[in-house]
Amino acid sequence: MIESPSAPKAKPNNEDVFLQRVRPVIWRNPVPRSVYDFAILGAGPAGIAAAESAARLGFTVALIEKNRIGGNSLNSGSVPSKAIIKTARIYSTLREAEAFGAPVLSAPPLDFDKVMKRMRWIRTRISQHHSVDKLAALGVDVFFGAARFENADTFLIGHTKLRFKKALVATGARPKSPDIPGLDDIGYRTSATIFEMNELPRRLAVIGGGPIGCEMAQAFCRLGSHVTIVQNDSKFLPREERDAAEILSRSMARDGVEIRLNTTVVGAHAAKDSKALETINNDIQSDIEADEILLSIGRVPNVEELGLHMAGITFDHEQGLKIDDFLRTTNSNVYAAGDVCMALKFTNAAQATGRMAVRNALSSGQERQSQLKIPWCTYCDPEIAHVGLHVWEARQQSIPIKSFTVMMHDVDRAITDGLDAGFVKIHVEEGTDKILGATIVASRASELINEMSVIMSAGIGMDELANVAHTYPAESGAILLAAFAYVRDQPISGKE
Amino acid sequence: MGELAQLSDDALIERLQRAAFTYLTQYANPENGLVADTSRSGSPCSIAVVGFALSCYPAAVENGWLSRADAASRTLRTLRFFSQSSQANRPDATGYKGFYYHFLDMQTGQRVWQCELSLVDTALLIAGIITAASYFEGGGDEAEIRALADALYRRVDWHWAQYGTQTVSQGWKPECGFLHYGWEGYNEATILYVLGLGSPTFPLTPSGYESWGLTYQWENLVDNDVLYSGPLFTHLFSHAWIDFRGIRDAFMREKRSDYFENTKGTIAVHREYGERNPNDFKGYSRNFWGVTAGDGPSEQELRLDGRDQRFFGYMSRGVPYGPDDGTIAPWAMLATLPFDADAALAGTRHLLEAYPQVCIEDRFSSGFNPTLPMDGKGWLSEGWYGLDQGLLVMMIENHRSGLIWEVFRKSPYVQAGLRRAGFEGGWLQP
Repeated sequence: MIESPSAPKAKPNNEDVFLQRVRPVIWRNPVPRSVYDFAILGAGPAGIAAAESAARLGFTVALIEKNRIGGNSLNSGSVPSKAIIKTARIYSTLREAEAFGAPVLSAPPLDFDKVMKRMRWIRTRISQHHSVDKLAALGVDVFFGAARFENADTFLIGHTKLRFKKALVATGARPKSPDIPGLDDIGYRTSATIFEMNELPRRLAVIGGGPIGCEMAQAFCRLGSHVTIVQNDSKFLPREERDAAEILSRSMARDGVEIRLNTTVVGAHAAKDSKALETINNDIQSDIEADEILLSIGRVPNVEELGLHMAGITFDHEQGLKIDDFLRTTNSNVYAAGDVCMALKFTNAAQATGRMAVRNALSSGQERQSQLKIPWCTYCDPEIAHVGLHVWEARQQSIPIKSFTVMMHDVDRAITDGLDAGFVKIHVEEGTDKILGATIVASRASELINEMSVIMSAGIGMDELANVAHTYPAESGAILLAAFAYVRDQPISGKE
Repeated sequence: MGELAQLSDDALIERLQRAAFTYLTQYANPENGLVADTSRSGSPCSIAVVGFALSCYPAAVENGWLSRADAASRTLRTLRFFSQSSQANRPDATGYKGFYYHFLDMQTGQRVWQCELSLVDTALLIAGIITAASYFEGGGDEAEIRALADALYRRVDWHWAQYGTQTVSQGWKPECGFLHYGWEGYNEATILYVLGLGSPTFPLTPSGYESWGLTYQWENLVDNDVLYSGPLFTHLFSHAWIDFRGIRDAFMREKRSDYFENTKGTIAVHREYGERNPNDFKGYSRNFWGVTAGDGPSEQELRLDGRDQRFFGYMSRGVPYGPDDGTIAPWAMLATLPFDADAALAGTRHLLEAYPQVCIEDRFSSGFNPTLPMDGKGWLSEGWYGLDQGLLVMMIENHRSGLIWEVFRKSPYVQAGLRRAGFEGGWLQP
């Protein structure tokens, strides 16, 4: 499918390779089959996972993408942000070397151009996993172009009709637009455009204290920008426990991020050689001047111009497509997955629901999205991860719950590595050893939380967990210590 | 420690209690009963400190430090001031809707610093007013105390403070309305809910207390089951007035505990944290603890032993999640006397011996940080804070005689508030 009749002898540059994999410049859509078993609108994580899954099951699959393969995750989300965060962590670690007995090295000046080149190289490297070539090799017919429902069983891509038996809408979400007077005029960046910057901004103002806002605020601060983050709430990460959010808040403050909580941006204007945000905190007004502004106030589903009404699909501009517990839309032949319909707008949730939609749509599956255990993580330092129920959710459901908490400063490996900020909390249904959820704040919480996901999926209780040997020393020892605390907490049964 | 070290436990406690009490008279305006937030020059009045002072006068009477007539007179002047001062939606009033601004000018009683109309600080003031009304049972001045106290309590529009939501706001300002952050997780606000629920005029809705309880976290921390709240004072303030021994709300019935036992468990967590000393702060040990809200060295970052160490000013510090910059409140250990006398005394005696500078004129300072290098002695908060002194007087009195608890529980409003919050058993049993 990839047109490269006269490929140059010289090594193609990184960006050309990337585009060749995600959106070839020269591309001819295939001639559609008379009808597809499964047609997917959107080639982000949900769409790709569904396409690969359906193709491997032997179904005929059409995958339609308006922009680039990979969606936000690869192009402007998880992948590029983690690449930048890694550089920021290294830069930060250099400054802490003295505490480890290492020679005091003056941190070299940052080469932002190299940082961004590395990010783009990483994105290219990862793009090979789900490239157009790979998808085509699986037998997926890939179509590029804007598509919409013509009726209940047909997509229209330009003038091309594409009929299907079952379909999946996985068009994702995009950064929410601001409602801030003057901001459009002075210009701002979102997660979709922040990685297109060519030079490190001297001053960066971040609007929004959700995961992306916090990650980027800390990363750019560590890289050398003077960062101010504005959050219209009393804490960052509203979905997380207060203790976790406050540890992150202090960590960002220690890095030098200027924190403005309970602060609302009410306007914006151009200032001399810069941009200015007009803010209000209770009754105190002040301006924040910056060279760049990152807007990170949430995401809205991509539901526009899809002709959803032509297929009898109900949707909402805030919540996305209306789905039932089996991911089915109000058109029983059309399913939805990923950010376009899920409250949890994460890559792993998109992939999981994409695969689930295939099983439910094509293999008579009856899997419920409410049963999915989706762990998530905010990749600040320390990272904040969660899976399962939060304490307040359990209490709202009248489930008696107790959290077994181990501070990372009590974990040997965290101490040896000097990475002892944070905690592991395992939430247990009282009177049982059933694990309802876990919250982890740790340097590598994104990895530790996966152990908790496996434990919960396997139905392992605290008693059994306490008998599972872990490597020593390891940060995951915190999980074992929590299980030990549970065992110690149980009444001692007398000897016979 | 010198002279103090020679004293028996009882003598030491009484001496420190009396010294703490004298703050409340020394830094009061005798004309209007307002008491300064701190001993520092120009300090305004904190309405919470007035609440503590009103609660401490009965203890002073019983201990022979004030005559009953003098205590009643001080109380009456205070209540008359609050009764007659301006209650209006104006930035320079004393209060609004029966609540009061957090800080008032010591002379005029008008709002200062553009501060908030504080709900929890008003609750502490009202708790003091109710204590006075319950204690002064005689005629004359004492009858007027009761009448004024009743009117002041009935005037508070607790329901307004819910502003259409389930839980109460932390405050309100005439410039911008309600402050848009509420209470999340257990903290010192139990007294606020109890007084709000007990009101015969503008009560909080009972569902507000239940909603707040949904945010509680029951945790096993270093082998102690506790209802978590980081700063130590949050486990003490409501307890200064309410004897929680044996009475339980729905949450504590579920956990088969009570709030008194919970504070005991929390003290164990704080001591263990001091012993483990994860941040390697100077001084921390099983007998050096008391991480709570209080004065601090001010915002600064220093390079100490090859690592960056941040210090904070006045703020709420907590255990085990932090923030913790090596600052403890020297008064805090002694304030836990009713819950764990051995721990309180062991810690206090160690502190007085190792760091006698924290107790000047027999009064504990608000904050002490031996990690921050200053004159080789560590950083010490200047002067004294009224909240610390008032709480200390009350907690010591409750340990010695249970006086405040006994007086406060007599109030029918308090009993009604506790019952509406779902408390049962113990001394609440009919």
